[in-house]
Amino acid sequence: MTKKNKEYKSIKPLAQYTYWERNKLSGGYLLKRQVTDVVVSICRFVLLFGMCFLILQPIFNKISVSFMTEQDLFNPIVINIPEHFTTENYKMASAIMEYPKALVNSLIISLTIALLQIAVCTLVGYGFARFNFPLKKFWFACVILVILIPPQTIASSLHLHFRFFDILGIFKMITGDTVNLRGSKLPYYLMSAGCMGLKNGLYIYMIRQFFRNIPEDMEEAAYVDGCGMLKTFLRIMLPESKPIVTSCFLFAFVWQWTDGFYSKMFLGSTKLVSTSLARLVDSLGTFIQRMTGIKTTVSIAYSNCILATGTLMIILPLIVLYLFAQRAFVESISSSGIKM
Amino acid sequence: MKKKRKNKLEGLQKRKAIAGYLFISPFIIGFLVFMVKPLFQSLYMSFCEVELGSGTFNPVWTGTENLLYIFRVDPEYTRLLTEEMGRMMVYSLAIIVFSFFVALILNQEFKGRALVRAIFFLPVILASGVILGLETDNQLMATLAQQIEDTTSNISITDALENILRTAGIGTRAFEQVFEIIDNIYDVAIASGIQIIIFLSGLQTISSSMYEAADIEGCTKWESLWKITFPMISSMFLVNWIYTVIDFCMRSDNEVIEKIQEVMIDQMRYGRASAMSWVYFLLILAFIGVSSFLISKRVYYYD
Repeated sequence: MTKKNKEYKSIKPLAQYTYWERNKLSGGYLLKRQVTDVVVSICRFVLLFGMCFLILQPIFNKISVSFMTEQDLFNPIVINIPEHFTTENYKMASAIMEYPKALVNSLIISLTIALLQIAVCTLVGYGFARFNFPLKKFWFACVILVILIPPQTIASSLHLHFRFFDILGIFKMITGDTVNLRGSKLPYYLMSAGCMGLKNGLYIYMIRQFFRNIPEDMEEAAYVDGCGMLKTFLRIMLPESKPIVTSCFLFAFVWQWTDGFYSKMFLGSTKLVSTSLARLVDSLGTFIQRMTGIKTTVSIAYSNCILATGTLMIILPLIVLYLFAQRAFVESISSSGIKM
Repeated sequence: MKKKRKNKLEGLQKRKAIAGYLFISPFIIGFLVFMVKPLFQSLYMSFCEVELGSGTFNPVWTGTENLLYIFRVDPEYTRLLTEEMGRMMVYSLAIIVFSFFVALILNQEFKGRALVRAIFFLPVILASGVILGLETDNQLMATLAQQIEDTTSNISITDALENILRTAGIGTRAFEQVFEIIDNIYDVAIASGIQIIIFLSGLQTISSSMYEAADIEGCTKWESLWKITFPMISSMFLVNWIYTVIDFCMRSDNEVIEKIQEVMIDQMRYGRASAMSWVYFLLILAFIGVSSFLISKRVYYYD
């Protein structure tokens, strides 16, 4: 009787055991597992904290440097928190870069270019994903080729191409001369309309991948109901593809914003934040000379301080954008299911 | 009746083909006008000496003179090319390994995962274009780093480790490469934002039932990493490898590209610059072709 009672007792609800009893019952497994869990999460925290710090540190450093006076830069005691707090650097960088003007210019150009590029790339991506036509593989190989060719390879001939621009000799017939499009914004818009802008091959690829994952039934239903090809695309498929189109638009905007190569080549005469940032250090000396009338050499530390300030001013709009649209940036890439 | 239906099907297919061509027509036009023509022109120019007159330019055919010049006479080009290719291989490998490792960590459940993911993605947005170029030749940072290195060389763990391994004298050159990457871990970290996300999306498609089954059969975590995770996301390795190589080759702080631009814009040697960029482009293409062929042989497709 008592023995039976004891056996009954031994399978009492788990909650009545103390922690150590349970550990003993499991043969030390419980404790071992909990210890490994804690150790793993501590290691993970240390690793991730270190790597996040690594990525964020330059930004923090720039922020602290941008508020320092020149005196603080040479003061070995001052490391992170400026002794003489100043916003003079911002005024200086803003004056050299003509910040308000450049900002508006950049905003307009990045927005319009990104809109144009993504509109065209969506059309092309949809065409590649959904229609069967002869030579499809060949044209898609061309898209891959566009991703692979460094724009620098064709830079020099594009240079000349737009210097003596002509469409099949039409202009030469009418006016007797080719059109010089250097220095105007038109060439870049033309290139964007032809999917040859910055990283456009990549956008086509991503959008195509996305469209391929949407079931075909929806389109077929639309066709059966008498909807045309273009109308089906606009009414049915475009609303479906909102996430990938938004994120490609964001990428196009951001990369256009910071781009130096295409901007320098095609939009050299327009003041943009990216190109003026690239020239910032060079123009600092002349700017100071013009202001004071004395020829001075600017110290490396000070020019870097101004550069840090300028960089901050340029990435600030991007950071704000990223804070609000972080999900759109990251999730679309995972949703497009990039595969080979 | 049967014939008619067949005709109609053909008609629909034809219409679809035409619509398809209409949809991709912007690309075809753009490709022909802004890519094929300049590409062949620059190929032609690479065999020419381009003379710039006022308002005109006329290429004069010189045969392989440009090619011979860049390989035999130009003091910098071949050196830069080999250096850059070597760096590309080492760094691309490092970026792939790093991003795979980070993706594995980020795939686990823990608090603040979204925040960490957002931070790792931040460089894709902030360190692009001109900013990347400015970042690398930031002299203030360089002098600061030098100063820190000088003052702390005795207490730093990595340095101590480096010294021990150096004196051990095994595979010194391989270690040197690893040390270089560790010293430049920042470059690796900021270049791997997109790769991490691609790996992560691949990891999330693996169904957890596989791991559970393996776990029940007595498979350790380490074994299931090699037997399940690797084969399942091997196609991601291919995508990431190609993306990384291309990304590295087109960075604006790439020394070969800087050299090409210097020759083209400052010296106005269009022919020579075209030859340089064609050699560079063909090398990259060959490298990507060979390496992705080797990888694709080992890629496993689940479905």
